Amino acid sequence: MKLLEYQAKRQFARVGIRVPAGRLARTPEEAAAAAGELGRVAIKAQVPIGGRGKAGGIAVVDTPEEARREAARILAMEIRGYPVRSVWCESGLEIAHELYLGVTLDRDRRRLALILSAAGGMEIEEVAATSPDRIAKLWPDPFAGPLPFEVRALAFSALAHAPVLAETRGRLVAALVPLAQTLHRLAVDLDAVTCEINPLVLTPDGELVAADGKLEVDENAEYRHQELAAELALDLEGEDGRTGEDPYEADARRRGLTYVHLPGGSIGCIGNGAGLVMNTLDLVQQMGGRPNNFLDIGGGAGAEKVRNALDMVLSDPDVRGVFVNIFGGITRGDEVARGIVQARDELGISVPLVVRMTGTNEAEGRQILAAAGIVPGTSAPEAARKIVDLVGGDAADRRAADRSAPGGSPADGAAAGGSPAAMPPHRVPR
Amino acid sequence: MAILIDRSTRVLVQGITGREGSFHTRQMQDYGTQVVAGVVPGRGGGEALGVPVFDTVAEAVAATGADTAFTIVPPPFAADAVMEAAAAGLRLGVCVTEGIPVLDMVRATAFVAGTAMRLIGPNCPGVMTAGESKIGFIPNHVARPGRVGVVARSGTLTYEVIQGLSEAGYGETTAVGIGGDPVLGSTFVDILPLFAKDPATRAVVLVGEIGGSDEERAAAWIRESGFDKPVVAFISGRTAPPGKRMGHAGAIISGTTGSAQGKIDALAAAGASVAGTIEDVVRLVGARLAP
Repeated sequence: MKLLEYQAKRQFARVGIRVPAGRLARTPEEAAAAAGELGRVAIKAQVPIGGRGKAGGIAVVDTPEEARREAARILAMEIRGYPVRSVWCESGLEIAHELYLGVTLDRDRRRLALILSAAGGMEIEEVAATSPDRIAKLWPDPFAGPLPFEVRALAFSALAHAPVLAETRGRLVAALVPLAQTLHRLAVDLDAVTCEINPLVLTPDGELVAADGKLEVDENAEYRHQELAAELALDLEGEDGRTGEDPYEADARRRGLTYVHLPGGSIGCIGNGAGLVMNTLDLVQQMGGRPNNFLDIGGGAGAEKVRNALDMVLSDPDVRGVFVNIFGGITRGDEVARGIVQARDELGISVPLVVRMTGTNEAEGRQILAAAGIVPGTSAPEAARKIVDLVGGDAADRRAADRSAPGGSPADGAAAGGSPAAMPPHRVPR
Repeated sequence: MAILIDRSTRVLVQGITGREGSFHTRQMQDYGTQVVAGVVPGRGGGEALGVPVFDTVAEAVAATGADTAFTIVPPPFAADAVMEAAAAGLRLGVCVTEGIPVLDMVRATAFVAGTAMRLIGPNCPGVMTAGESKIGFIPNHVARPGRVGVVARSGTLTYEVIQGLSEAGYGETTAVGIGGDPVLGSTFVDILPLFAKDPATRAVVLVGEIGGSDEERAAAWIRESGFDKPVVAFISGRTAPPGKRMGHAGAIISGTTGSAQGKIDALAAAGASVAGTIEDVVRLVGARLAP
């Protein structure tokens, strides 16, 4: 969950990190009022994506009238697919130097890394690639957090690369220690996998101010931060519910499904377990087909989830066949089989459906499928070849005009024996 | 011989009375795993699946001599359960829970590092020593005792590989699902040295996926340690677009790191045979096992 700039700055301000004065505006009038109060401000589009400046999503204005006009223009924009729902109206800063201070998850070290660089303002990945020695890193003990002496060493090392700061470095380091500790604590409190201030502006009178911020909260920990999630949803969805996401992915999120859309593909892919589904996509592609999506029903999915998954995948009319690949572990074959049969009967699935099923409770699952006229296969590559044969390799531009209307008669799944079996295409007149 | 677990392993189950906990504990018992206790706070003094239930891990260890924990509790409580198991002096912990907040695991892995416990998982299918014992979800009927060690990030692909090796007659020593989260108790470089020391393991299958750099680090370890057993590798996620998280919290290509091709190249350069499909894995194992 990536927070918007204003949300990140509110979090910074809440814990005592200085940020420029700012007001959130959802209408041109609110922006005009903010300019009336703050004077000269930058009006910044609040979208969860970079490059807004280049796209024209930031304007500096001097008067409330200008603010109203520019806010109206920016609020009408869509930046790389994301509708602008709000703008952040913010006072400018005098800049003596720009630094970078961030906390991010380091998988290899199994810890959060605290990163400081005197080369602020740029993408930190870029600095890391071109001059890695200008970045200083620390991996604080997760229980103790960064200790003052550790941060001091980090800061002296980072500032060694900025001779212009040599004179004031003592005072600067003294200010960086509590700031770094505060940022680290904020990251931990918010379950952030990224929490960065870039640039961290040093003003001519020696203050450190967070001029821009990035905060990304771990999705697994969203349950602990529901207020932030709700606020973000309001900002992204507005009243029309459009989020700028791929509409199918937005739908899947609302349905609670783990789904990635690959627009233009013709074969829907469903499986249990992320690795298995990734491999299912790879297999379909290897056989010459084009996967339309990644959909992981996860471990322990019941019949209802399977039905929901099939319904989701088939909502894209480009899908001209579906490959369900199940290797039961915690997931039980009988549950999945019940879901498939239920979905076929209730949704009136009319495109080819190839099922591969093995693993926990596979005997029960296969029995349920067989009783419903679907004979599952056991080999994944064989099943992948089968669905590609049935759908054809390059069906992206052909719409699935033969999909049945809801409530249409179920596909007669009298699949031919042998493995893997498929339900043949079944056409229902409109 | 095998690694991590065998028929003498004494397992306690944290979360034995849950829906999934009881189902999979029963499967483990059917397989031959010695389940000696359950731990459910507040249910101490009771019994489940024929074994005594305790309020705390320490009590269970004192009463039953358990040496290994199977942790199958909901995400908000899982990291704490792992730390409780480590603090009680267990030798091995296997945590299968999916969806644990990553910073919980940052703390838990740091805590575990200060104890004698080796942690497998979380978000993993568990460990199976063919014909002897299993902890976790790996289906009972797919394994067959043999010569190949398996270490994998994905659960379902672990099953695929085991089934393929069993059907081809090579069989397995131990299969270890290390899990799909960004922060794991054990990664490939923690498990490969165990296979290096196990005389029964004659070859190793390594199943990786996009995201992170565990596979690259495994490749470096294979090169630098002089690991002399054949390695057959398989990487899933070749069709995954950058920036999209493919189900596993850890499976995402971000920036220049984590792509399937980078991992395939690194492993091939380390002398591993890299397979295009699971069927290929089995074929390559056959080729590398041949005298």
